[in-house]
Amino acid sequence: MNGVAMNGLVAALTPTTTWYLILAAVLFGIGAVGVMVRRNPLVMFMCIELMLNAVNLSFVALAKKLGDIGGQTTVFFVMVVAAAEVVVGLGIIVSIMRRRPGATVDDLSVLKG
Amino acid sequence: MMEFVVFVLAAAMILIGAVGVIVRSHPVHAALSLILTLFGVAVLFVAQEAHFLAVVQVIVYAGAIVVLFLFVIMLLGVDRTEDISVEPFKIQRPLAAIVGVGVVGLVAASVVASRNAIAQRGEGILEADITGDNDSNIRQLARSIFGDYVVAFEITSVLLVVAVVGTVLLTRRIKSNPQEVES
Repeated sequence: MNGVAMNGLVAALTPTTTWYLILAAVLFGIGAVGVMVRRNPLVMFMCIELMLNAVNLSFVALAKKLGDIGGQTTVFFVMVVAAAEVVVGLGIIVSIMRRRPGATVDDLSVLKG
Repeated sequence: MMEFVVFVLAAAMILIGAVGVIVRSHPVHAALSLILTLFGVAVLFVAQEAHFLAVVQVIVYAGAIVVLFLFVIMLLGVDRTEDISVEPFKIQRPLAAIVGVGVVGLVAASVVASRNAIAQRGEGILEADITGDNDSNIRQLARSIFGDYVVAFEITSVLLVVAVVGTVLLTRRIKSNPQEVES
């Protein structure tokens, strides 16, 4: 293999921002399908975390591409909000499960304690 | 070439873990698959010069959030295998598959269509180099958080306090009215 073809191969195989964004889109899609399909509230919560991570990944990839540290700052705040959200959501799930053990989200169609 | 290998391995970790989260019927297995995905995302953060965020990802997500999930699974005793072969609504899974493929297709099409419109416009992200300036990413991020976004950072502390107090109130057993707790 000569040098020019080698350089072309290396350039074609270097991951670009587009690769990262498409990977993030696929990860987001898997998370969205999980939220729509699964009925265990804990697993649905994990799927929400998958979608948050997909968005974080695209933020970081675009921060590198645009040369703007603000993208990484946003990911930092998203992580803080995600931690707070998990704490509150798991608290709600614990208080629901205490009243009705083994409940799936289909059993919780009425917002009444 | 090295970047390609790193990307492919991390992408395989992310996708295998994500599929594991939604197809494993046992909640503990789903949580462990989530750890695999989170580590893959952390590897890609390192590849994209976000070293501090990669460390925070491992500590906060894989260390704290997944452990919190596992604690709740243990606390509630919901570690039974859920029967995911039955489908309560017949049309649900085909519709979910259609929506998922549609979302991924539309986002991927727009990303590919606009791939040449992305150009550097900021001052660039400092990269760690061999010559010794290894924490340049952390310093740049700190200058952004404690400079431009310091008000949002302070409000974050209020958010965390509200979340902790609210969760304690939500899950507290009310002592003055024992009948309500027992019901």
